[in-house]
Amino acid sequence: MIINGVVIDDTFAEAFAMKGTRLVITAATRRWARNAAHSMTGFATSVIGFGVEAGIERDLTPDETPDGRPGVSVLFFAISSKDLARQLPINAGHSVMTSPTSALFAGNDGEEKIKLGALLRFFGDGFQISKMVGDKRYWRIPVMDGEFLCEEFAYITSAVGGGNFIILGESRPQTLAAAEKAVGAMRDLPGVVTPFPGGIVRSGSKVGSKYKTLIASTNDAFCPTLKGQTKTELEPEIEAVMEIVIDGVTETAVAEAMRAGIAVVCELGQAAGIRRITAGQYGGKLGQFHLHLRKIMS
Amino acid sequence: MTALTLTLGEPPRQRVDVSALTPERLAGRTLEAVAAIELMVGNRRERTGDLFTVSGDPIPAEGEAELALRKGCDRLDCIGQGMTRGEITVGGDAGAYLGLGMKGGAIRVSGNSGPFPASGMGGGKIWIDGDAGDYLAAAIPGDKLGMTGGVVKVGGSVGERAGDRMRRGLVLVEGDAGDYCASRMVAGSIVVLGRVGDFAGLAMKRGSVILFARPERMVATFNDCGSHTIPFLRLFMDHIRTFGGKFEQLDRSYSRARRYAGDQGVGGKGEILICEARPA
Repeated sequence: MIINGVVIDDTFAEAFAMKGTRLVITAATRRWARNAAHSMTGFATSVIGFGVEAGIERDLTPDETPDGRPGVSVLFFAISSKDLARQLPINAGHSVMTSPTSALFAGNDGEEKIKLGALLRFFGDGFQISKMVGDKRYWRIPVMDGEFLCEEFAYITSAVGGGNFIILGESRPQTLAAAEKAVGAMRDLPGVVTPFPGGIVRSGSKVGSKYKTLIASTNDAFCPTLKGQTKTELEPEIEAVMEIVIDGVTETAVAEAMRAGIAVVCELGQAAGIRRITAGQYGGKLGQFHLHLRKIMS
Repeated sequence: MTALTLTLGEPPRQRVDVSALTPERLAGRTLEAVAAIELMVGNRRERTGDLFTVSGDPIPAEGEAELALRKGCDRLDCIGQGMTRGEITVGGDAGAYLGLGMKGGAIRVSGNSGPFPASGMGGGKIWIDGDAGDYLAAAIPGDKLGMTGGVVKVGGSVGERAGDRMRRGLVLVEGDAGDYCASRMVAGSIVVLGRVGDFAGLAMKRGSVILFARPERMVATFNDCGSHTIPFLRLFMDHIRTFGGKFEQLDRSYSRARRYAGDQGVGGKGEILICEARPA
């Protein structure tokens, strides 16, 4: 398949069943809600070594938030509920509780719970106040700008992680520009996030390493400077490769985001230095979801 | 289908314990079987059919369970005691212990209620359109705790000691509250749109009393924490607005309040919040 001079490889993105949760961060202004959201999701780019990956899903208008203030919805993903439950309160405590005027709420329902306010409340040192509103409990934790309001639990839902596509271009500026455009096209889609910085990862990884302690290492087949040194996947004209990883609440949401992203990259086309689009997979044996590029783009 | 209706004949001269007449206890019974249920009237037993006219459709064993009490009076005690589902509508007044130990379902009283309404209530809803007697949502003598869950809304005023030893749940009062409101309160929320009497929050351990005017006399062991915008109040006002009546006037603009923490004599983890905006 070739779209506007861009070759779409006959391959698939191998995505995994993950556990996810949506959180809603609100603040007095959108800027402060985003400050908290950026901080909370910023370091959570990959489950490898960190346990969770996260991103900003979208901005929320005051009508869409529980407390009627500007908000941001963020999505967190992990391989297991245990990982999510371990890391989420830490990120929330470091990044949201500390952020001026913020409040934190669950953004989805579910059977399985993660302790959120139920743990952060201890920061209140006995001055915290529990309040039930309907069937939900909230914690009012006294802080130096007033009170930090935090819902007691977040709720785990099934999710799909590791959706991806890889853009191969003739130069780094051209490839980066195309990848940025793709991330822009996916930004407002519901139910997906692109967890890496700016939504783009330049250090794509392969499974394993020559070093026994590492579970992942650089994807040498896609490193342009190694074209003559390893079994490369790159044509001579390729000088830069950028990957976009997409996590979402459903397979459909991830596939739709991939379609939107690939479509704008193809719009730029070969004239803008984009030569090929492929996807990351591990032989099809690890991931439960196979998102075929040609099927998505047909 | 019309609800099973019990219409009181002559108002009884003595108190009647109607705790046997909850929707779930009457479910699956014929009208004749309902009429044959014996109730305590003073120290005697009388058949329901001798006190009430039984009409309407029997309550099915499964599904919706609705019971109407007509011509209610203040001698009918323990209406809805221990009920877990269904709905009771009381036309007129209710006696003491309305919804005692209720766990679920709904009771609506068009008139007033006697003392101890919602005492020991763990869930469900009680709507009293008129006034409620003393000890609303409070513990009956011998009980450690009063209300432990659910919602009570009173359209009129409430007597003394509303929320005494209340542990959880929501009490909404459109009118005034008497003296000792929230005394010995353990936790939960009480909202009074009108005025409260003296000694509000006396010996209160935790919980929130939300008012819209400062009581004339505050208990000395409540300390002023100043005026603040309290994020929780935005959420809370949204919630209680859904209960209708005068509470519909409330919105997020009521999120600024003066906070008094107390009772410092018993730990001081409770609070009286006096909202700085006032509903019309």
